[in-house]
Amino acid sequence: MASADALLSWGRRQRERHSCVPISWASDPFPPAGADLPLLPYGCGRSYGDSCLNAGGTLLLTRGLNRFVELDRETGRLRCEAGVTLREILELVIPTGWFPAVLPGTSHVTVGGAIANDIHGKNHHVGGTFGASVEAIELLRSDGSRRECSRDREGGLFAATIAGLGLTGLVTRATLRLKRVSSPWIAAEAIRFRSLDEFDALVTESDRQYEYTVAWLDLAARETSGPGGIFFRGNHAQPDEARPGFPMAGRRVRLPADLPDWAISRTAARAFNWLYMNRPLARRSVVSPWAFFFPLDGIEGWNRAYGRRGFFQYQAVVPGRRAAEALRPLLDAIRAAPEVATLTVLKTMGDVRSPGIMSFPRPGLTLSVDFPDRGPETARFLSRLSTAATAAGGAVYPAKDAVMSGADFRASFPRWKEFSRHRDPGFSSGFWRRVMHE
Amino acid sequence: MSDERVFILGATSAIASAFAERRARTGASFHLVARDARRLDTVAGHLKTLGATRVTVDARDLAEPASAQAAVTLGEKALGAIDVAVIAHGILGSQAEAESNFAAARLVLEVDLMSPIAALTSLADVMERAGKGSIIVLGSVAGDRGRRSNYVYGAAKGALALYAQGLRARLHGRGVHVLTVKPGFVDTPMTAGLPKNFLYASPARVAHGIERAWRSRRDIAYVPCFWRWILWLVRLVPERISKRMHW
Repeated sequence: MASADALLSWGRRQRERHSCVPISWASDPFPPAGADLPLLPYGCGRSYGDSCLNAGGTLLLTRGLNRFVELDRETGRLRCEAGVTLREILELVIPTGWFPAVLPGTSHVTVGGAIANDIHGKNHHVGGTFGASVEAIELLRSDGSRRECSRDREGGLFAATIAGLGLTGLVTRATLRLKRVSSPWIAAEAIRFRSLDEFDALVTESDRQYEYTVAWLDLAARETSGPGGIFFRGNHAQPDEARPGFPMAGRRVRLPADLPDWAISRTAARAFNWLYMNRPLARRSVVSPWAFFFPLDGIEGWNRAYGRRGFFQYQAVVPGRRAAEALRPLLDAIRAAPEVATLTVLKTMGDVRSPGIMSFPRPGLTLSVDFPDRGPETARFLSRLSTAATAAGGAVYPAKDAVMSGADFRASFPRWKEFSRHRDPGFSSGFWRRVMHE
Repeated sequence: MSDERVFILGATSAIASAFAERRARTGASFHLVARDARRLDTVAGHLKTLGATRVTVDARDLAEPASAQAAVTLGEKALGAIDVAVIAHGILGSQAEAESNFAAARLVLEVDLMSPIAALTSLADVMERAGKGSIIVLGSVAGDRGRRSNYVYGAAKGALALYAQGLRARLHGRGVHVLTVKPGFVDTPMTAGLPKNFLYASPARVAHGIERAWRSRRDIAYVPCFWRWILWLVRLVPERISKRMHW
């Protein structure tokens, strides 16, 4: 039942044909008949670059694996299939008093994708990565074997599968540990800052007392001072301040077509960021987790705003606690370049260790920036930016990456050799072939 | 929490399980029948996690009419009584094969027509005795007009719709509601890799449409509802034109 189709990653830059095989039942024989090697799982396609693409090979479409297996309401253990999205989990667990241990910036990611990229969220400074909440994984390998792995059983394969970019086999089911929360509503604050020193002060004041912190940064503004931005912090609301009832996901509007390539210009980004920066802010309010965690989920297909040429998202982590100092190599390069930094996010990362040997997060500061693709020049610029991050002792995030060199990859992930021993030889991706020069 | 009891033939099909999900969230109990035992267990676990009060399963091949009747008997016993019965099992078959090989055509007719009729024969008795409840029969827009691309499947679904229509008349006045559902193009696992046009609907959307039609005790429901107008046009095309069309 293979069909050829042009599936895109979230950056929408590469349009290549894949053979696609939908996977709907974890119990069916694996690999599916007629699926040509190499294989790669594809969930919601929210990785930005080529880590979820596999041109010339087969994509295993996992959204059909969208069932829950069991939720233990006493212990907060959830077992589900790998194509279940975090949105579906949130809808299930909100009324139970449990909450996902880690939520990224969008609810439209599958559990399999969350494991494969060992995603992080606004609570990384205290809670660590998604992988830290994974207790067990069922994995199907291209040799037909079915492996159940956890920290105690096949620990090497488990540690390679978390942040393993989908290359250790097809994750079919996983057991996740949820956390107890006082309420699903978030008591949130938004505070404007005018410089990175002010950002540092907010971090010092907030990271101990707030479970969730993140900052939006205005890199489009003319270079006078700053960069400034808005610091968001929040905790789960106490029962007495929570709003009545359970928060429901809002309705979504869909961006019906690609915007023209010129829609996102430097002027437009500057104007948009100025408006966002200077909007009136409610100092403290109790908000829905859907709005707090997933501000862009309200617009389905927002990536089409970048037009047919698509866009890059660059994300790196650099060591250090003082933002102005730690980020200087990156910010200097971004400001010197003719590229348009549309949406920038800055966050501190904590020292909770992930079980994943290829995990991206590490203590320091992580910066994520969207750039419209203006052609080969943009790619070269991002490649230089990646080298700047690794030269500073940092790492580049494969889930976002489309350009980093093999050398930068190996510098970012020094345990890559150990990892490649656990990789399923029948699995590969555009990303893996690029950084390994296979 | 509802104490509704739902009986489903073909419970692992995308549309049936999406409908079951919606009822599970309200606390309904289920008796599920389908061929593959492991798939059936997967669906059962899912429904229980979503909030189903009780789920029992019966793994069996429904190609044989006698098997479909036995499934109804077991289902009634397991649930105590049936409030909603969903007849959702079926195969698409291969039109090309069915055109030249009668055995292939016969298999489609047995699974998609004879077996549902066998189940409906037993169900009608059970429901008539109870004097309440709903029977939801999954037809198809393919059953509204014979087309060269799928007339064997269309014949089975069309005949099933006629049977359900007659049964509706028989059970009307006995408190039993018979709903014929005609889904259009559905984005099921089978069509996952195909380029989708705007006519495709998700199983969840189709299930929502079925639930609404069931609640308002409709007789025939096209889901999503715009298919009603598409099929109205399709039926209007004169035969001397339609026989030349490659649809």
